[in-house]
Order: sequence, then structure tokens, then C-alpha cells
Amino acid sequence: MIPHVPLGQWVSDLIDWLLATVPWLFDGISSVMQVLVDGLTDALVSPPPVVWIVVATVLALLLRGPWLALYTLLAFLLVVSLELWVETMQTLALVLVAAVIAAAIGVPLGILAARHRAVSVAVRPVLDFMQTTPVFVYLAPAVFFFGVGVVPGVVATILFAIPPGVRLTELGIRQVDREVVEAAQAFGARPGQVLREVQLPLALPSIMAGVNQVIMLALSMVVTAGLLGAAGLGAVVVRAVTQLDVASGVEGGLAVVLLAIFLDRLTASFGHPTAVSRLLRARTRRAAAGAAGPVVPAPRSEAAAPAEAPASR
Amino acid sequence: MTSPVLRVSGLTKVFGAREREALRLAAEGLGRDEVYRRTQSTLAVHDVSFEVARGELFVVMGLSGSGKSTLVRLLNRLIEPSAGTVEVDGRDLRALDDAELRRVRNQKISMVFQHFALLPHRTVRENAGYALKVRGARVTEQRERADWALETVGLLDRADARPDELSGGMRQRVGLARALAADSEVLLMDEPFSALDPLIRRDMQDLLERLQSELSKTIVFITHDLNEAMRLGDRILMLKDGRTVQLGTGPEIIAAPADAYVADFTSDVDRTRVLTAGDLLREPRLTARLGDAPGDVLRALGAVEANGVYVLDDGRRIAGVARDHLLARAVQEGRAALGPQELVTDFATIAADRPVVEFVHLLGRHPVPLGVVDDDGRLLGVVPRAAVLDALSAVPVTGRRS
Ligand SMILES: Nc1ncnc2c1ncn2[C@@H]1O[C@H](COP(=O)(O)OP(=O)(O)OP(=O)(O)O)[C@@H](O)[C@H]1O
Ligand SMILES: [Mg+2]
Repeated sequence: MIPHVPLGQWVSDLIDWLLATVPWLFDGISSVMQVLVDGLTDALVSPPPVVWIVVATVLALLLRGPWLALYTLLAFLLVVSLELWVETMQTLALVLVAAVIAAAIGVPLGILAARHRAVSVAVRPVLDFMQTTPVFVYLAPAVFFFGVGVVPGVVATILFAIPPGVRLTELGIRQVDREVVEAAQAFGARPGQVLREVQLPLALPSIMAGVNQVIMLALSMVVTAGLLGAAGLGAVVVRAVTQLDVASGVEGGLAVVLLAIFLDRLTASFGHPTAVSRLLRARTRRAAAGAAGPVVPAPRSEAAAPAEAPASR
Repeated sequence: MTSPVLRVSGLTKVFGAREREALRLAAEGLGRDEVYRRTQSTLAVHDVSFEVARGELFVVMGLSGSGKSTLVRLLNRLIEPSAGTVEVDGRDLRALDDAELRRVRNQKISMVFQHFALLPHRTVRENAGYALKVRGARVTEQRERADWALETVGLLDRADARPDELSGGMRQRVGLARALAADSEVLLMDEPFSALDPLIRRDMQDLLERLQSELSKTIVFITHDLNEAMRLGDRILMLKDGRTVQLGTGPEIIAAPADAYVADFTSDVDRTRVLTAGDLLREPRLTARLGDAPGDVLRALGAVEANGVYVLDDGRRIAGVARDHLLARAVQEGRAALGPQELVTDFATIAADRPVVEFVHLLGRHPVPLGVVDDDGRLLGVVPRAAVLDALSAVPVTGRRS
């Protein structure tokens, strides 16, 4: 017989030890998160819903255009009519706090991983572990460390949402055209300059795709967070399940989906030209063309003559 | 002669983990394939040495994978050498610390890339002024230098465009402007025109020739196109599997390819445009002088089995050609010295720098071979028809590419 390896016991002992040695750390994290989520929730629910609905609609219009604006308006009105406005805003606050923290950890880690092979090698198995571990496994330690309520939910959400931020940032930076990076180096740029002036701007679409993923994963965690006692749509769904209340379960689930679509479409536009910037570009171009006189050819048509595409070597 | 701007000696690069072992095997003379088989490391460049003089355009040529890009990146230490030295203006690049190296890259050596390597999110002007931005120059100075460089390459009117709004040729002009704005002495160009279609490529070659005559930079130019190398280069280094196979001027390489690999390249070249009268020049087997005895000249003609000879005056200028039958008559009539009545104008001359294509029709039409003369009409030598035919028909014996 193979002897039983008390792996679970070890982890449990480690947790006990951590709680006994650095209790202030977890208390600190706990209160900071609590303050952040509470503050944001207050800001979202205290004014009448119409204020934030207008803000969200205008934001959608500026970043994506009229269709998303229309969707936003209808979706949020529907949420209000379902009487889930407060819960939706509580969930939004939780998602935003978790996503911002996850991105704030994931993006710099991705940059480090892209620049140092060793970091990349060390981080990869950890990310694999974080991504494949069933969510519920996080929950028990999270509760141990942070008690019940919104904080363990946020922490579990952050852990769950970090990997895509790291991965897509690293990938984005690695995919930047090597020749362009070489060009910056060849003209004497410092490593920091290369990062700031070349690698990050060129990796931005990929990094932003990572941020989008972070937000979506964070949202997918809200129901789980509801299990831990976090207020919001998750709690609505959890209550519906335990009471076998199909009607409110469907409504809570629908609100999650509506919020998810809004956040996804809105953040998918990060790193790409927005409706506003497209407009501005077109205008400056027209102005420049006008100043240069009528001989300037139409801007798009003569861009990058296909005949001069890089020939195969 | 002034000291060389760039001095490279024993430059070697191994890619892979077992560098020391690969270096040892390479030093024993093993080829790249064998080194790779034994060490799983690539011998990209091995033991390359050359010097580039101020104002020279030095071409490095070779097939794909021959190590050209690696070599050019060793010259500004974008790739760290495994062995050997690179000196720029007498300073060993490998002895510099990071900050000094960056300064050299910023002020002494600029690079132009095959796929342009412009910053897509910056305007053409910002791209052109990049070296000055890195240098921390004032914005007005950045702008001034960038605009000067853009004007030099004829692109000032597109200064506010973004690279993706430009055609390939225009983008490479920006790449060139970026290098010019830095005002560095040495220009490294890694196949700068290979990604352009032939007509644009020709334009860019013209532009580079013009810039070179105005600014006389020291240029290391990479290409795999021998016609381009012949057109632009002062000297050409032929690279094969990371090693030098030949180093010389274009005509030297065409006239005497070192091996089948080089000959393979040269077979693609239109030699009638590359080889000049000067390259094919021979010492005439016989010349006569005004005042020589006709009998002596006739006897000498018989000895070399010719029927005509150039007659030169005191300044080695061509006075005319003496034909055998006219010489014989002069002997019969008892004239003692060659004079104008024995001479005919049955010959043709050409200047030394003219290519074969311009004089091939003159060959073999006269009793004397084509004369090569300098600006004052002095005879430098002759080009026999056989020499031209020989040079044009020199085909590699083995290893022809299909
Ligand atoms: N970073 C690298 N790591 C490993 N091997 C490399 C690396 N860079 C180049 N090599 C190898 O070194 C050799 C020379 O490559 P290099 O790019 O210098 O050739 P090249 O003459 O520029 O070819 P091309 O005409 O295709 O650009 C090739 O066998 C290549 O595979
Ligand atoms: Mg190359």
C-alpha cells in the first residue's frame, strides 16, 4: 500500500500558521477591500438610477457608437423594472474593484514575464494552477483568511481573474515586431524607453484584451461570491436556488447576463480606435489635406501600395 | 590613407548553448552543418575580418542564411559577439559599458532595416527624429533635424502622416531619414531595398547614390542581389555559411570568382554592364614609335604574327597604326624612319571606365585590338576581342542554381 500523503493537512497547517503569524496582513487587506467595495457601491446606488444610466449610455455612445448606447439604455431600464438595480450595482462594484486589482497585479507581472525568461518560467505553472483549480477550492481558504461577506469573494475573484491579464500582456509584448524593438535599441534607447515607447504601445490591443478577459472572469465569479455572503446578484441567485424560486433565479441570472454583455462590449473597444478618436483622426486629416491644397490625394486609397508588400526572401 | 572607420577582426557568433565547444570545432575548420550536428549550436558568423574606409560603401553579400543579418547586428552589438572585435573610430565596442554603447549607437552608428521597423503609432516626423528624442534633444531641435532629413529624402510633405498611410518605398525613405537625422558617421543597412518592388528599388538606389555623393557616409550595405551590390558597392564581401569566401571590388569578383558559390552569383549578373574596358585591359604585345625603322617594325610584327601595330608619339599618344603592307613598301622605297605617310587611322579607342556594352561593337573590326586611352589620348593598353569573349563566357563549372 502507498502511504497516505497528508497534503491537505499540510496546507491546512500552513493556513493556521499564516493566520497565527501575520494576522494583521489579512485584517489589513480585508479592511481595504471592504472600504473600496463599500465606497464604490455607495457611489453607485445613492443617486437615482437615471444618473448612472445616462452616464453609461453616453459612455457607450462615445466609445462604441449608437447601437451599444441603445442596448445600454434598454438593458439598464430592464434591470430597474426587475427591481434589481441595487443588487446589480453591488455586483458591478465588486467586479470593478476585483478587476482593477487583478489588472494592477496581472499586467506588471506580464511585463516582467515578457522581459525575463526566468519570471516567465516561474509564473507559468502558477498561472496554470490558478486557472485550472476549481473555483470552490479557493473558497475555503478565502473564508478562513477573510471571514464571510464580500471580501473573500473579491479575493477569490481576483485570484481567478489574474491569469489572463498576465498571459495576454506577456504574449502581447512578445509579439511586438522584433525589428521595431531592435530599431529602438539600435538608436540607443534604454530598456525602459524601449518598453514605454515601443513595447507597451504596440502590445496595447493584446493587453486590453487581457483586461477585458479579467473583467469577464470577474463577473463570472459573482454567483460564487454570493455563496460567501457578498451582497448583489450572486446573493439573489443563491437565494433563489436554495428556495427553489425559479422566477427570481431567472431574473437574477438575466441581470448578470445583461451586465456582462455591457461590460464586454464596452471594454472590447479598449486599445482600438474608439468612435471619438476615429472622428478626431478623420477631422485632423481633412484639415491637413485642406491646408496642403487640393493636390493631396484621398487619404485611404493610396495607403500602402500592395505592390510593395514585403517580398518573400 | 586615413585610418578605417570600421575595423572588424575575427568576428564570430555562435547561437546556442554549447558555444565554447562550437568555437573550438569551428577553429578546427569544421563547417556549419557539422558544428551543428555535434553541438546543436549554429555557427552564424565565423572569423570575419574587414576594414571599411571613411566614405566607403561596403557591401556584404550572401544567400539566405549565410549570416548577413547576424554580421551587421554584431557591428552595433545588437547581437553580442562570441569572439572577435569591432572597432569604430579606433574604439573597441566590446570594451564599452551599456551607457557608452547606447551613446555610440545613438551618435555614431545608425541602422536601416529590411522591413523599415518604424513606430506605427508615431508620425513620420516623430519617427525621423527618433534618435534625437532618445538623445534628449529639445523639441525644436528634434523637429528641425527631422524636417531636414525628411526633406533630404523628399518626404517633407508627408511629415504628419503615419507610417501605415505610406507606400513601402516611402516608408523606407522614412527609415533612411531616421538614420540621417541622427547625423552618425556609419550607416548599417540590412537589405534595405529587398522588400521593395524593382522599380521602387531602383529609385531608392538612385537616392542612396545621391545621398552618398552629397553626404559621404561610411556604409555597410547588406544585399543578396549582386546587381545591386555591383551598382552601389565599392567593395563586396561574399559570405557563405558564415565565412568569408571572397572580398574585392565588383569587377574583380566577376573577373575571378573565388569558387563555384561566388561564380553562381556572378552568373546572374549582366557582365556587359559591369565589366569595363579598364577591367579587361592588357599590355599591348607590341607598339612602335614615330621614327622607328620600318624594317625593324615589320620584323617584330612577323614575330608576333600580327599585321598592324599602334605607333605612339613621344607622349605615348596614338599617332596612328602601321600596317604590314605599308611597312613593306616603306622598306622597298628605302625610307629610314616611320613617318605620317606609313600610318593609317584604322583603329578605335575607348575610355577605361566604359562598360563592355558600349564598345563590344568595335571589337575585331580593325587590324589592331581596341585601344584604351586616358583623357589626354595616351594609350593605357588594349582590349583584344578574345579577352572580352573569355570574360563574358566565364561560367561556373559546378554548383549552378537551377
Ligand atoms: N537568434 C538566433 N538564434 C539561433 N540561430 C539564429 C539566430 N539568428 C540567426 N540564426 C541562424 O544563423 C544563421 C544566419 O542567419 P542570418 O539571419 O544572419 O542570415 P541572413 O544571411 O541574414 O539570411 P536572410 O537572407 O534570410 O536574412 C541562420 O542559420 C540562422 O538560422
Ligand atoms: Mg537577413
